Amino acid sequence: MPRTQKMIHSLFLINCSGDIFLEKHWKSVVSQSVCDYFFEAQEKAADVENVPPVISTPHHYLISIYRDKLFFVSVIQTEVPPLFVIEFLHRVADTFQDYFGECSEAAIKDNVVIVYELLEEMLDNGFPLATESNILKELIKPPTILRSVVNSITGSSNVGDTLPTGQLSNIPWRRAGVKYTNNEAYFDVVEEIDAIIDKSGSTVFAEIQGVIDACIKLSGMPDLSLSFMNPRLLDDVSFHPCIRFKRWESERVLSFIPPDGNFRLISYRVSSQNLVAIPVYVKHSISFKENSSCGRFDITIGPKQNMGKTIEGITVTVHMPKVVLNMNLTPTQGSYTFDPVTKILTWDVGKITPQKLPSLKGLVNLQSGAPKPEENPSLNIQFKIQQLAISGLKVNRLDMYGEKYKPFKGVKYVTKAGKFQVRT
Amino acid sequence: MSSNSFAYNEQSGGGEATELGQEATSTISPSGAFGLFSSDLKKNEDLKQMLESNKDSAKLDAMKRIVGMIAKGKNASELFPAVVKNVASKNIEIKKLVYVYLVRYAEEQQDLALLSISTFQRALKDPNQLIRASALRVLSSIRVPIIVPIMMLAIKEAAADLSPYVRKNAAHAIQKLYSLDPEQKEMLIEIIEKLLKDKSILVAGSVVMAFEEVCPDRIDLIHKNYRKLCNLLVDVEEWGQVVIIHMLTRYARTQFVSPWKEDDGLEDNEKNFYESDDEEKEKTDRRKKPYTMDPDHRLLIRNTKPLLQSRNAAVVMAVAQLYWHISPKSEAGIISKSLVRLLRSNREVQYIVLQNIATMSIQRKGMFEPYLKSFYVRSTDPTMIKTLKLEILTNLANEANISTLLREFQTYVKSQDKQFAAATIQTIGRCATNISEVTDTCLSGLVCLLSNRDEIVVAESVVVIKKLLQMQPAQHGEIIKHMAKLLDSITVPVARASILWLIGENCERVPKIAPDVLRKMAKNFTGEDDLVKLQILNLGAKLYLTNSKQTKLLTQYILNLGKYDQNYDIRDRTRFIRQLIVPNEKSGALSKYAKKIFLAQKPAPLLESPFKDRDHFQLGTLSHTLNTKATGYLELSNWPEVAPDPSVRNVEVIELAKEWTPAGKAKKENPAKKFYSESEEEEDSSDSSSDSESESGSASGEQDEEGDSSEDSSRDSSSEQERESASQSDIENERAAKRNSKTRGKGDSEDRKKKNEKSKTSDSSNAESSSIEESSSDSESESESESESESREVTKEKEQKTKQDRNPLTKDVSLLDLDDFNPVSAPVALPTPALSPSLIADLEGLNLSTSSSVISVSTPVFVPMKTHVLLHRMSGKGLAAHYFFSRQPCIFGDKMVSVQITLNNTTDQKIENIHIREKKLPVGMQMHVFNPIESLEPEGSITVSVGIDFCDSTQTASFQLCTKDDCFSVNIQPPVGELLLPVAMSEKDFKKEQGMLTGMNETSTTIIAAPQNFTPSVILQKVINVANVGVVPSGQDNIHRFAAKTVHSGSLMLVTVELKEGSTARLIINTEKTVIGSVLLRELKPVLSQG
Repeated sequence: MPRTQKMIHSLFLINCSGDIFLEKHWKSVVSQSVCDYFFEAQEKAADVENVPPVISTPHHYLISIYRDKLFFVSVIQTEVPPLFVIEFLHRVADTFQDYFGECSEAAIKDNVVIVYELLEEMLDNGFPLATESNILKELIKPPTILRSVVNSITGSSNVGDTLPTGQLSNIPWRRAGVKYTNNEAYFDVVEEIDAIIDKSGSTVFAEIQGVIDACIKLSGMPDLSLSFMNPRLLDDVSFHPCIRFKRWESERVLSFIPPDGNFRLISYRVSSQNLVAIPVYVKHSISFKENSSCGRFDITIGPKQNMGKTIEGITVTVHMPKVVLNMNLTPTQGSYTFDPVTKILTWDVGKITPQKLPSLKGLVNLQSGAPKPEENPSLNIQFKIQQLAISGLKVNRLDMYGEKYKPFKGVKYVTKAGKFQVRT
Repeated sequence: MSSNSFAYNEQSGGGEATELGQEATSTISPSGAFGLFSSDLKKNEDLKQMLESNKDSAKLDAMKRIVGMIAKGKNASELFPAVVKNVASKNIEIKKLVYVYLVRYAEEQQDLALLSISTFQRALKDPNQLIRASALRVLSSIRVPIIVPIMMLAIKEAAADLSPYVRKNAAHAIQKLYSLDPEQKEMLIEIIEKLLKDKSILVAGSVVMAFEEVCPDRIDLIHKNYRKLCNLLVDVEEWGQVVIIHMLTRYARTQFVSPWKEDDGLEDNEKNFYESDDEEKEKTDRRKKPYTMDPDHRLLIRNTKPLLQSRNAAVVMAVAQLYWHISPKSEAGIISKSLVRLLRSNREVQYIVLQNIATMSIQRKGMFEPYLKSFYVRSTDPTMIKTLKLEILTNLANEANISTLLREFQTYVKSQDKQFAAATIQTIGRCATNISEVTDTCLSGLVCLLSNRDEIVVAESVVVIKKLLQMQPAQHGEIIKHMAKLLDSITVPVARASILWLIGENCERVPKIAPDVLRKMAKNFTGEDDLVKLQILNLGAKLYLTNSKQTKLLTQYILNLGKYDQNYDIRDRTRFIRQLIVPNEKSGALSKYAKKIFLAQKPAPLLESPFKDRDHFQLGTLSHTLNTKATGYLELSNWPEVAPDPSVRNVEVIELAKEWTPAGKAKKENPAKKFYSESEEEEDSSDSSSDSESESGSASGEQDEEGDSSEDSSRDSSSEQERESASQSDIENERAAKRNSKTRGKGDSEDRKKKNEKSKTSDSSNAESSSIEESSSDSESESESESESESREVTKEKEQKTKQDRNPLTKDVSLLDLDDFNPVSAPVALPTPALSPSLIADLEGLNLSTSSSVISVSTPVFVPMKTHVLLHRMSGKGLAAHYFFSRQPCIFGDKMVSVQITLNNTTDQKIENIHIREKKLPVGMQMHVFNPIESLEPEGSITVSVGIDFCDSTQTASFQLCTKDDCFSVNIQPPVGELLLPVAMSEKDFKKEQGMLTGMNETSTTIIAAPQNFTPSVILQKVINVANVGVVPSGQDNIHRFAAKTVHSGSLMLVTVELKEGSTARLIINTEKTVIGSVLLRELKPVLSQG
């Protein structure tokens, strides 16, 4: 008896209201009814976030991801590493994002033919075939308004008729024959601070997660090396496949032939062993009175270790307890909203000016008779600091080999709050 | 809602467009089944018309809409005849969409589908590889049993296609055919076997996938390809990596013995395993006392390590499970960092990774303890993530961190997510049982929670307290009283049942309360949950036995209620209890023991992790996630007690040669024996006939297609390979740079190429070799070479005699070197001696296992193309002569150094009768001259070989080079490095020999140079450029060893470069021939210290 059909058998795309709006089968057809098991699981889970990614049904296994308000549900028949499927589904979603600018139901429906062509190329018999964006774009051109007009007149198509050379070469991530009049290479060093701050303001946990995103528009086959002033800071790094691992191991230099366009070069972590500078502090006093239908809410935000840069784009989000009916608050700066249904308070603060610290004060109306909330809600804080990598990481230089021209180079640093939570 | 196709429609014609517009709408939002159905019919009619039209744009529109229907899951099968006609369309997009349609519906319309087959058969012969590949893809996707033979034929052909892309598709097609017709298994296995030998990184992942699907039990097919797969792994695309790693994990568990030794006393069976292992060792002398890892085992572990840095979570997880399952336990620690990194990814990845960490953290706490805080829960995490993190935190809890953790748990208990809060309480209970120091703290904490406002929290606390109290019942009367009071308020059945059970169990400790509780319960017995009712019955029974005076009536009342309960479980239980406790005539012997039965000492429940036993599933698999065996799950076998024969993985030379022939054809036509014998003859003849013109301008560097060469002579094919490898070298460099194993980097081989070009004219003593380098060789190789030499020792003499045949390294390199002698095809660019990095990597991989005895001459690692002027054309009246050292063992005599002399006629007349006369040689030296050359045409050039026995000295050999008319005195003085022949030996042998050559026989010096000159590849490059030495695999990064013997006396010459702190290094030479030794030292020193 053959153990039939490994890997991904079928894919269903399902929107939030439970409509299956696209299906694709790589092997024989699996009925839509298999999704009923998924809906069942979805119902059981309180919210979308809690739908288990792996569901077992009598004849199949369903592995799903939730992205941009859509479920990508794949049908599997036999043993397969679940991460393999999950990672692939995310790659599919990334590709849609890349092609259509957004990964939404409308975009997918509008481009259903391209979606189908993409899925056809990305998977053969359930096994990934071409997943590199550079290759796919040579096989199937992304839609543009101009091209669809031209195509409809000339009858020409979005489908390339030559095999992308990249697919055959050892640099499968780069397409051949790239030409630009302006040769540019930009790098964004983006660091996010993940932190949990406890009631008293001390740091329970903090670490820095960083990525370097690149936008490379260079002609020909450039060979780049990017070096850092202080590479030892990077505790744990993951690489785009283009990076030569050995160079990094021996010299801590990122040496690579880049893909064309936008891509993530590395992600890294600066370990929690290093002290992480926390750029903001929050003073808070939230209290609910026993046997009374109101409480007090008062928070103030101030800058802490901000390396002399302005902290901007501050937003505070609070999931208030269920018993909260409404909130009457006055911000000294920015504006706030409270959604009485989801109980989410959002305060859009903006910039911090050290002279006058922004604060938000006022009364909380509680459901009368209900017991007072056990715990004060956590504050989730977002902020941004331009031109600063909080870890102190600095790019030393970028060299290009293999091509004659002089590219324009640029590096930008940003620090953001990642999962930044203040317990109150 | 408006689709692209809608937009097209508007342009294609007025009335039609509006109609289509409506339909497009209805496609997307089906209004009513009936209306939809009718419009479907109509639409299909006009779709048919559009498909029949002769305008491509109309066809394309139609196809696009049909694909839209398929995507929606609508039935478009009735269009099959109209669509299939377009399969041969010239328009590639129409064609592709027709393919999509065909694959979807062919199974349903088998007869009609056959119409399309001939189109694919034609396309399979298309010159464009993309078309061939896609034809194969579609053909193999059509699930029509009748075409199985056609598919089989197509797959066979495609498996031998020149394009690796087509071969990749062939590998995919194998799986499809197998699922269509399992009868074909045997034949498919043959194709898999063939494709497994494929060297292309494109094919590797796909064929392993096919292997896993069709014949995962045929582990024997992997042996010969094992090392290749390990070495290719880094370069294979990410999806292939996952599949290969999983397969190799299984392979390793069947082929190597367990590396888990010292730290494995935990499990009994493992222990037994080792005991028996010890016995085994005594019996077999192959096994040594200390465990040595098979070098192939080490190779796998080493080559997968860089993949932990992959951006692809599946790859990282695959490597993690490989380390978990097959690496020594002390090395598995490196995976934790990478796994923790994955926790930043999206929730699905987190979910899977956390599950795996949970399983790992039970067995090896230490691995994840440093990352404890990374598992702290955020209020925004989804509940499933929170509970998994909690699970891990519990597993990691120990005496040292428990107080921190309990503080953290306190926050969690108050969480608004009550499900999570309840899970936290369970966790606290588990910590309390596992860590006795905190049991009391936890218990009092939990008691505090009993006054919590939230019922779920209270109920969960009750349940946990119950379990805790069961472990130490004596001391907690107060808590029980407190809990008895709770009965008035708490409503959650489990909690009420728990309290009742607790009171019943401890009824003698709370004699006053228990009967009262029973009274209260009796009052509203009927209103209770079934679970609670059962416990009321239990409580009644226990009290009846211990305190019948107070409770007899109450119990009987309850028993009566129970007798007429609606639930039969309760009726059952009532009857049972009544018979047991109320003595009557019928009740027999059992009632005597009622007290013992009811009040027996009950063992405390064990609070265990739900992940406790998951590790019997391979980590990272679906089965592990689901905790049940998934269909098609392949068990990971236990380590064998005795390793199967490791030599099965040795690859013969032909394997390698094949891998370098680019096309499948060439492989077939080069059966092993023929290849060998021919090449050896060839070698001989080319040496003796000595009529080569390798330095001339005959640039035969045409990259003509591969297949044609192999038949006529092996020499051709080898040079073909040669060029191929040279032309690929850029790409190779790419790969090599990333490669984990010991390869040279990009700049390195580029340098070498440059050097080769230069050295023809200038006397570049490789000063430019400062290059970007790659570090090499991990520290593990020591153990490899040891075990290797122990296990496979071959006698010296035999080895020397048979080296040409037996040693793959030797063979291969000499094949390549044929080029130097080859009169026809020697390319001017001379890319040859610089082996492409990947080849070297492969060779070294081979080298690990192939026999290496103490002194066996190997072939030169590198042949510098540096030539020396023998006779300048001005002084030679138009006759110019250059010579260089070919570094080959001389064919004229064992003690001679082989010298190649190239003669050029720069005059415009023939030069006749070129020969050698009047040898003036120092005592003892001998020379074998070439046969006189009758004539040399103008502009002609010829290369001849002479052999000179220099008697291991750098004395000059003088002789006269004569033509018909003139005689010219010339002389050859050998650089000391050319008086050597490389020797292959293991590190262990090297050390042994070195130990015998100390004192007077050792010379050394210190070198100072910039650090970039001390990278392994640069050192290797420099040393082998100066001297004809062999590389000794080194176990240490900072020590480089080279071995050679002198040509005349065969004395060993051992060179060691030992890197020190900063930018210094120590150069040591050990040899009996101290004079040559010190000369060599003097020559090497400036070269190594040069920038």
